[in-house]
Amino acid sequence: MAVDMTKECMDLLRRIQEMEFVALELNLYLDTHPNDTRALEDYNRAAKELKELRERYDELCGPILSYGHSRNRGNTWLWAETPWPWEM
Amino acid sequence: MWIYEKKLQYPVKVSGKNPRLAKWIITQYGGPDGELGASLRYLNQRYTMPTERTRALLNDIGTEELAHLEIVGTLVYKLTKDATIEEIKAAEMAGHYADHDRALFYVDATGNPWTAAYIQAKGDPIADLVEDMAAEEKARATYNWLINLSDDPCVTDVLRFLREREVVHFQRFGEALNHVQEYMKEKKFF
Repeated sequence: MAVDMTKECMDLLRRIQEMEFVALELNLYLDTHPNDTRALEDYNRAAKELKELRERYDELCGPILSYGHSRNRGNTWLWAETPWPWEM
Repeated sequence: MWIYEKKLQYPVKVSGKNPRLAKWIITQYGGPDGELGASLRYLNQRYTMPTERTRALLNDIGTEELAHLEIVGTLVYKLTKDATIEEIKAAEMAGHYADHDRALFYVDATGNPWTAAYIQAKGDPIADLVEDMAAEEKARATYNWLINLSDDPCVTDVLRFLREREVVHFQRFGEALNHVQEYMKEKKFF
């Protein structure tokens, strides 16, 4: 059965999108500026925050990553039950 | 390998069904300057890149383009899923409907299927990076024209995000090109 997304989950997803965008931008920047120590620090800070947000999302809203990178916290296979991005 | 993350890179909302707009936007799904071609071009060129920077950049931008493909696919899906036959006919989408119903397919705005002839891998890093920069500019221009055509502010917001990403990629590819040119100059004397 499909699981509806609560407002809390939608807000959390939005914060993950924002923080991952920060990390992605720094990632591409570091690909061509690999010695920028400030950017390296910012990247690690974003990575840490993103990890915390993802863990909270996994716990509250269902697994966000496949192939063993998120735990399934339920008695059924939540990965297939939570809505797909095009269904949200 | 890739790990799927069950989210879009940027949230996609639409104001309502709009098959006419979908028919134009689908070109960024499977058209000559679309996201499928972009991701496949970069992910394929990365193998023969000569430097750490270029391999990393092609890998990472190629991966981001897959996320953009999913955003464009979501736009098209949401704009067409509830369209009636009459609305599909009025939007000149009947040809697409005859072949695919409301399923997505890798076509441009006039129905031509995606082809590998849209992309190249020359094995020459300068030639490849210059192609990549041109590709980003062509994609940026396409998003510009789509923004001009859009009558849905929610869709326009997503198109603006995608247009901005092309500008950033162009900048990063330009930096990689400069670096590779320096690298090739130093390597010349063997």
